[in-house]
Amino acid sequence: MSLTPHDVLQVGALARLSLDDAEAERMTRHLNDLLAQFDSLTQLDTAGVPPTSHAVPVTALLRDDVVKPSLPREEVLQLSEHVDEQLGGFIVPQVLPGDGGGA
Amino acid sequence: MSTNWTEQSAAAIAAAVKSKQVTAREVAEAFLARIEAIEPKIQAFLKVTPEKAREQADAIDARIAAGEEVGALAGVPVVLKDNLTTRGIETTCASKILQGFVPPYDATVVTKLEQAGAVFVGKANLDEFAMGSSCENSAYFPTHNPWDTSRVPGGSSGGSAAAVAADFAPLALGSDTGGSIRQPAALCGVLGLKPTYGRVSRYGLVAYASSLDQIGPFARTVEDLALGLQAISGADPMDSTALTDTVPDYTASLTGDIKGLRVGVPREYFGSGLEPAVRAAIDGVVATLEKLGAVVGEATLPHTDYGLAAYYIVAPAEASSNLARYDGVRYGHRSQKMGGHNELFEQTREEGFGPEVKQRILIGTYALSAGYYDAFYLKAMQVRTKILQDFQTAFESFDVLITPTSPTTAFAIGEKSDDPLAMKLADICTIPANLAGIPGLSQCCGFDEQGLPIGVQYLGPALSEATLLRVAHAYEQATDWHTRRPAL
Repeated sequence: MSLTPHDVLQVGALARLSLDDAEAERMTRHLNDLLAQFDSLTQLDTAGVPPTSHAVPVTALLRDDVVKPSLPREEVLQLSEHVDEQLGGFIVPQVLPGDGGGA
Repeated sequence: MSTNWTEQSAAAIAAAVKSKQVTAREVAEAFLARIEAIEPKIQAFLKVTPEKAREQADAIDARIAAGEEVGALAGVPVVLKDNLTTRGIETTCASKILQGFVPPYDATVVTKLEQAGAVFVGKANLDEFAMGSSCENSAYFPTHNPWDTSRVPGGSSGGSAAAVAADFAPLALGSDTGGSIRQPAALCGVLGLKPTYGRVSRYGLVAYASSLDQIGPFARTVEDLALGLQAISGADPMDSTALTDTVPDYTASLTGDIKGLRVGVPREYFGSGLEPAVRAAIDGVVATLEKLGAVVGEATLPHTDYGLAAYYIVAPAEASSNLARYDGVRYGHRSQKMGGHNELFEQTREEGFGPEVKQRILIGTYALSAGYYDAFYLKAMQVRTKILQDFQTAFESFDVLITPTSPTTAFAIGEKSDDPLAMKLADICTIPANLAGIPGLSQCCGFDEQGLPIGVQYLGPALSEATLLRVAHAYEQATDWHTRRPAL
């Protein structure tokens, strides 16, 4: 299995990474080197082997449904200069087409 | 004759501060002076924090003067890897995408250390987002190995390891996802411990691979390592993967007695890539432990060779999800290029992430994408089960397994940075412990012909940190590698 720069650009789009052509070429080489390493896994028979996503078993730790303080909004809004303090949010480019006045 | 505080252990410093033999402020100034003098050669820090250190030291002294209780690390300088959030202190993860990010909260381990009386002297350099084995992937600058400044300190916690090796602090915290505490500990000739997955809360550790990451201590002496682990371990309502099992008294396990301890040497860790000096040093450890009464035998972990591939699917896959949050919207770098919201995300991430981070996000995204999930991610998780079962079987016959921590000693800066695959082979001995969630401890066990440190790794079953500390302590009492210091 071998990737082309076009494949890498498509994966990049999924990951919201815009790569230039030189980068895409370099990434393609490195990724194919890695993929060649993964071939060894395909040789291993894992039929019926359950997957492990969490190595040390814990049962879900729950707590009582009691409201606790969150991070204060004023502190969080200080993390960016692109804020609207009145609305209490971060300013981003318009997402939906239209007059920008709402849904 | 005044004491050179920068050569003292954390235990000795805490005892001296509590008994008013010295003030915490005087100790802090001694370490800050050493950092000022030597740090230009090492570049262990992204940020030295003298004001914070002095403020904390003064607070400890005030409490002692008022007759109040102080913690077990009272006045002890500590270095924090810069992927641990510190409220009010910039935390960058050695990335441009978090340049200027000042967290509004402390990591749980930071809070715990502060409660124990620790004094923070700085935020340590790392490979960007903890992805790397040499500290060369830092977006800012590489850290230099104190034993030979033309060489790497290892990674990703290279700054933390170098700081302890250079006596910038007796204790440091790092994080370990595929070996990022143990490998730099080995390359820098200090102790490093990756606890059992869940032993230490990950709240405030900027996530790389959530099922593999653990925070752990670096130190020069096993007693200090135990003190460091004690201070940071335990349950945390802010981390639902943190174990609620009781934390034992780790210092109490330092009995010096390993008679009858069953030690296994897994043959799969001694392949062709191992440097002869490393092999010889590990043989030396085995001989010493046998003299101390341990019973040594050959072990086997048959699926070891699949660990690297499994890790480089699982970790990047989890990273691709964890790093999706860096979009320029709420904190950190935001691209100034014009465009819609997609362009905002793409440009911010393109500008903010380094090449290794991008590579891992790409391979992770690919492994999780439709059509490839079964072949890659699911397969890797099944391999993980086999590796876990290998360890469980081995631990029926052995209490501890011994392996090299790294197949080589410290390599030159720039030597492997053009060959990402060669770099990844540095982690071949450390990765399986992360996949299996078991604890691992690296200890200096010798030096090669060029005077570079060699590390031995002890592995134990889940929650066997006390046993690992006991073995390391017994070895330390019988040897003097830990007394050597780099000429700086």
